[in-house]
Amino acid sequence: MKTNIILSGVGGQGILTIAAVLDTAALSENLFVKQSEVHGMSQRGGAVQCHVRISDKEIFSDLIPEGKADLILSVEPMELLRYIPFLNKYGWLVTDSHPFINTDNYPEKNDLLEQIEKHPYHVIINATEIAKKIGNSKMANMVLLGAAASIIPLSEKSLLDAIKNLFQHKSEKIVSLNLEAFFAGKKIAKEMTDLAANN
Amino acid sequence: MKSLLLGNEALAQGSIDAGLSGVYAYPGTPSTEITEYIQRSKLAKELKIHTTWSVNEKTAMESALGMSYVGLRAMVVMKHVGLNVASDVFMNMAVSGINGGLVVVVADDPSMHSSQNEQDSRFYGKFAMIPILEPSNQQEAYDIMYNAFDLSEELKLPVMLRMVTRLSHSRAGIELRERRAQNVMSLPDDTSRFALIPMNAKKQFDKLVNKKSLLIEISENTSLNSLKLSEDRDIGIIACGIAYNYVMENIGDDVDYYSILKISQYPLPKKKIIKLYQHCHKVLVVEEGYPVVEELLHNYFDDNDKIKGRLTGDIPQTGELNPNIVANSLGIFQASPKAIPSIVAPRPPQLCEGCGHTDLFNTINELIPEIGNKSVFGDIGCYALGALPPLNTINTLIDMGASITMAKGATDAGLENAIAVIGDSTFTHSGMTGLLDAVFENSPITVIISDNSAIAMTGAQESSAVGRLHNICLGLGVHPDHLKKMVPLKKNHDENVALLRNELKYKGVSVIISERPCVRLSRDQKEEIKAKIASLS
Repeated sequence: MKTNIILSGVGGQGILTIAAVLDTAALSENLFVKQSEVHGMSQRGGAVQCHVRISDKEIFSDLIPEGKADLILSVEPMELLRYIPFLNKYGWLVTDSHPFINTDNYPEKNDLLEQIEKHPYHVIINATEIAKKIGNSKMANMVLLGAAASIIPLSEKSLLDAIKNLFQHKSEKIVSLNLEAFFAGKKIAKEMTDLAANN
Repeated sequence: MKSLLLGNEALAQGSIDAGLSGVYAYPGTPSTEITEYIQRSKLAKELKIHTTWSVNEKTAMESALGMSYVGLRAMVVMKHVGLNVASDVFMNMAVSGINGGLVVVVADDPSMHSSQNEQDSRFYGKFAMIPILEPSNQQEAYDIMYNAFDLSEELKLPVMLRMVTRLSHSRAGIELRERRAQNVMSLPDDTSRFALIPMNAKKQFDKLVNKKSLLIEISENTSLNSLKLSEDRDIGIIACGIAYNYVMENIGDDVDYYSILKISQYPLPKKKIIKLYQHCHKVLVVEEGYPVVEELLHNYFDDNDKIKGRLTGDIPQTGELNPNIVANSLGIFQASPKAIPSIVAPRPPQLCEGCGHTDLFNTINELIPEIGNKSVFGDIGCYALGALPPLNTINTLIDMGASITMAKGATDAGLENAIAVIGDSTFTHSGMTGLLDAVFENSPITVIISDNSAIAMTGAQESSAVGRLHNICLGLGVHPDHLKKMVPLKKNHDENVALLRNELKYKGVSVIISERPCVRLSRDQKEEIKAKIASLS
């Protein structure tokens, strides 16, 4: 078993938190993990990505080869498309539909979604909106993780434990809000992923 | 459960567990997290490990050497270009040798993710004739660091540990070892080797040169350099540091068909290289950075056609490696990847919303029609982003401190209205001496110190300039009438433009301290800075 996941977004959107949940969950299942991330200049409002590799055997490369990602999980629709060369034939795309616009030449949102919909296995949800309803748009990352959970070969229990672990130093309230965000994402995505899995 | 650590963090933990007494460093991507990890470590605090940032890489390395001189284990950490700043002490401490173990950790940035060049620190290690250690993965970063002080003390030489961006900034589960005790203070028996007057230096340099064969012997025998010969003689691979991972990623399932020499310690184990070379019809050198090993192979052997790598174009000459590049060089078939849809627009980094640098650049831009658009000399830091649209303010960015001295040189040649823009921490790192040059000749330049009270680009570390800039400038001899202050806010725009216009008219050195804290500072950090300033005045 080897799973390659690319997380993408704009610096500051919280993809490293998603990565931290995945890593912690994978280690708790005694799996091998490698996670490559971006620090430094690009973090300042630029495009950032994070490669997460989970396996039951030793992992060598920190970077996922092109064409080998099983899932691209993006907190922003244009940033999802930037990493399409990494997607494998049966790979999944999971993204927030809410754009993060900090450039003048940002494309039309619908054109972006149309490109994403061309791929057979995709989940597009307005995670920002869902997170806002729960209490804070910043939790869009946990909504998306919930949406992708059925595609990720880690048990729900270890993912939930990892979320608890990660947020417990903040407050009980923040833990439960993030769990709520996770379940909201899981619920809304379930129909879409089930449908594709049956096709 | 294993500890999940960045390559940088694994290395840092390895140094603590190996009996570290002090880390000295100036922040720089991709090296910063090493020192930050030790600064945050409770254990390091209990062990009273020195962790405060240094003013620059040279002062850092000299302090580390001082700690080593009294017998303790010290580590100095920097990014690749930082080693240029520290190269004076670096070259000379290889000659003097060390007392307590001393490890020079240098993180290279191939592909220039956050740097001006992609120089390969292994050249420096070879230049100084010291051992270089190059981990291939996070566990090795921990293990190699754990043993590096021993090697240093055994050889009485500083040892270089080379990291690269992808290893520094990638996490994996790490198994830790038992922590070892720190050294106790023990001054060198004979201090003359540290006093490099020519008669001592000649003796020491001979000793250094004569250690070469011992260094090579250690490289031959270490398990870090492992040779595996396969029956298939078609291709032999020399895989250095992280390159080993990209090789294994590609041939993992067919590893028995390849002969591989994995290199993680230099100087090169020549005998093992000869064995591989003689065994195979072709040798592919896969290394992150410059073709250091490939060039050495050309020195060893006449049959140049047999050696493949960056010089032969089998691997691109520039940029970092990745699994696909290495697959190509091994002739492994890859389906062509899906293309990025053409509507995807680039998203370069930019200054944060509400950043004071932006308001400063808007002030300068207001005067560009009067002074021309080619006389703003920039420096290293977030404000370097002022070279990009929409600001387009800065014309140059070369190395730490060059804004002031390039402005001075251009002014010496007759350029008028030269402006230097430099951050507070870059100023104390390498700008002060240049300002003294300008003061000495009263050069007509206007220096703007964009003071955000932090080393912002690397994550808002503590800046040694906090609360000291005004007095430093006065002390260097800047005239009090031309040492000004501005607060870069929209509401002060007109006032700031008038101030800058006025100082540009002055035909001598002006310094304007443009003061506004970095928006990334936390409330606690801001409080600490206030307290620091209060304690200084």
